[in-house]
Amino acid sequence: MPPFEQIVTEHGAAVLRVCRAMLPPADADDAWSETFLAALRAYPELPPGSNVRAWLATIAHRKAIDRHRAAARAPVPAGALPDRPSPHGIPTEPDTGLWAAVRALPTKQRGAVAYHYLADLPYAEVGRLLGTSEAAARRSAADGVAALRRSYAGQETS
Amino acid sequence: MMITEPDAAFLAELTGLAGPSEDLASLRARLAAEAEREGLLDVAYRTVSTPAGDLLVAATPRGVLKVAWPTEDPDVVLEMLAGQVSPRVLHAPARLDQAARELDEYFAGRRRVFGVDLDFRLAHGFRRTVLDHLPDIGYGSTASYAQVAAASGRPAAVRAVGTACARNPLPVLVPCHRVIRSDGTLGQYAGGAEVKRILLDLEAA
Repeated sequence: MPPFEQIVTEHGAAVLRVCRAMLPPADADDAWSETFLAALRAYPELPPGSNVRAWLATIAHRKAIDRHRAAARAPVPAGALPDRPSPHGIPTEPDTGLWAAVRALPTKQRGAVAYHYLADLPYAEVGRLLGTSEAAARRSAADGVAALRRSYAGQETS
Repeated sequence: MMITEPDAAFLAELTGLAGPSEDLASLRARLAAEAEREGLLDVAYRTVSTPAGDLLVAATPRGVLKVAWPTEDPDVVLEMLAGQVSPRVLHAPARLDQAARELDEYFAGRRRVFGVDLDFRLAHGFRRTVLDHLPDIGYGSTASYAQVAAASGRPAAVRAVGTACARNPLPVLVPCHRVIRSDGTLGQYAGGAEVKRILLDLEAA
């Protein structure tokens, strides 16, 4: 079994792309950390020959869903709150451009684009993650990329 | 229905959405710190630069586990640690701060005895017995393989002492470089004969 450091080296960037596609910048870094910490915990029990990229994407997928649910449950603050420094520091990247366009896609399209194009997973794995068939995942990815081309190209020329 | 393949340039832009690599470096540092806090960092490692080359130094929570010379492929060393100790291996310099500081001091001629905790789980049986006796050879002095064999309770096991020294998982910290041949020549060393000479010259200064 390779040392976990090697897993981080090989898959860290792809998982970060998935997190940034699924979550706003401040949450994406936390989701990456939670994903790799959970993976490190479970790593010694990972069956030999497992698809590590798909395993990590599954964990990241669950972490992203957890964060979306937590955000949905969070109470909306009433009235003005005192100013205080954000615990997340300055966002590393403004929420614009292609990233924002990816995040604005409908859920299935966003997932298909993230897992296939950003994490380089085959459509069979993408379908499993999204709870659809391989063919449906393929269609969602194609629709997602087409929508991105329209919205992102529109942004650039406007 | 026809699905058009998105053009290459657009896809390159999409998959190039990696974000700056320094983001990943800081996330990896954060992972190492959180793993340590959660008790999931079974093996931490870093490199330490010395006049004898870059050492790979690895530690469990118990202490320093392995010091590897540049003659050993770091990937092979880390794979060995993953197999024999735990696959939860991360580059995590913080746990090795004390070891790195003591090695720096030693190579600067400012330290004669190491105080950092050691984890001997990579040495077993007679090899472990030999390692236990090596710190008895003081800084700046040497002993022969035969003398170490006698001190370890098996005077005839001179070759086995040679093997124990050659496979010492903790060179420098456990001074196998102070074991030389009975005729006064240096004999072999896992880090290379010239490294053994550097260490003995350093201690003789």
